Amino acid sequence: MAVDKFTIEDLTRILREAAGADEGVDLDGDIAETDFEELGYESLALLETGGRIEREYGISLDEDALAAARTPTALVDLVNAHLAAAQAV
Amino acid sequence: MTEVVVTGLGIAAPTGLGLDAYWANTLAGVSGLGRVTRFDPSNYPARLAGEIRDFAAEEVLPSRLLPQTDRMTRIALVAADWAFADAGVVPADLPEYDVGVITASHSGGFEFGQNELRALWSKGGQYVSAYQSFAWFYAVNSGQISIRNGLRGPSSVVVTDQAGGLDALAQARRQIRKGTSMVLAGAVDASICPWGWVAQLTSGRLSERDDPARAYLPFDDRAAGHVPGEGGALLVLENAEHARARGARVYGVVAGHASTVDPAPGRDRAPTLQKAIDHALADAGAVPDEIDVVFADAAAVPELDRAEAEAITKVFGPRGVPVTAPKTGTGRLYSGAAPLDLAAALLAIRDGVLPPTVHTTLSERYELDLVTGAPRRADVRSALVVARGQGGFNSAMVVRAPR
Repeated sequence: MAVDKFTIEDLTRILREAAGADEGVDLDGDIAETDFEELGYESLALLETGGRIEREYGISLDEDALAAARTPTALVDLVNAHLAAAQAV
Repeated sequence: MTEVVVTGLGIAAPTGLGLDAYWANTLAGVSGLGRVTRFDPSNYPARLAGEIRDFAAEEVLPSRLLPQTDRMTRIALVAADWAFADAGVVPADLPEYDVGVITASHSGGFEFGQNELRALWSKGGQYVSAYQSFAWFYAVNSGQISIRNGLRGPSSVVVTDQAGGLDALAQARRQIRKGTSMVLAGAVDASICPWGWVAQLTSGRLSERDDPARAYLPFDDRAAGHVPGEGGALLVLENAEHARARGARVYGVVAGHASTVDPAPGRDRAPTLQKAIDHALADAGAVPDEIDVVFADAAAVPELDRAEAEAITKVFGPRGVPVTAPKTGTGRLYSGAAPLDLAAALLAIRDGVLPPTVHTTLSERYELDLVTGAPRRADVRSALVVARGQGGFNSAMVVRAPR
């Protein structure tokens, strides 16, 4: 997919598809800096989310980097760095 | 020895979701068998099933659980909720190491696995769900129920086909005798999907008839295999003292159990179903005369019907005890069948009534007092449930009225 920007809205959509949403959490609220664990997503949910992002955006995320991205902002930045690198080629 | 009682029933069957709907339909002789709707069965030799028709997982389970659960797990999670509610228990209020979960499973989460295998084959490995790592697995119902309810007591899964439903309850009784206060135990199976269907067809025991009223006829001269179903029951088993201390309503006592394995085919040793029944009675300290009803395994394969009828007749005498098989209305639920029969046995004790076997006309070959046509009034103090699994597994359990 030819996109130059991955947004937090893209992420919350994919999170919902991949793993649903915890009943006590508003994904449309101010979650940018909230740890994924507090949002109710364990490592497997993030693995599934990462896999869906890779499929949809045609990129390959490093496993360690994915595990190190503990907040929505960190994951959005990680994806955008890959998108920028792919477009620079 | 520690007495183990049943204080909660969670039922999900083709003939009813929830205890009251299931029991009313079972007594009325309602059949839940029909043509498969979950996939197009036209090209398969077997086309009938007992399907649960009105289960909407997205209305009763959090969205977090939906991407990671097979149908059998979704139904099990809801049945577990019902069992705890029926027992008057809020799991989160109990000490977390005091409550365990022990289920049986026939095949694991086949429909989930089928979808992921299809994704692997048609699109590639990166399209396979990360949740495939556990969603298909035999133990997943025990795991998901434990996680959802915060239970950390002894948990496991038993895999002995249809006999497993009783073996799981027996394992729960063992754990309670060892000191756990409460165990949620039983089984829910559901694999009515093309992959699950093909696997089931390999047994050679599925009925290939198209008339739901003539397809699953145990102990009938026309017996020609069974109709598969989906569902089962989860029961709250509890230390009797613990139940008494909290003023719980008690359905009955898990009084006796035994399981046996048949000799390999071709050996000249006799099959061991009767031994399972004898030992279950002995374990309960019961003589055959004390048993007021037998819930039969009811395979509807002529040689298996003959073996079961002979075992029952040898223990109880010709027409010596009422026998019934309400699973004729649900289809065989694999591991889910025997816990559902045990729940029905406890409801028979509660209400003083034996549910009928539907569709079957008793063959003259069998000297059984089969309850057919209509429910039968009876004072039920003790009941025997029999379950057999493919591969030679036999299991028998005795339940008694509460004191």
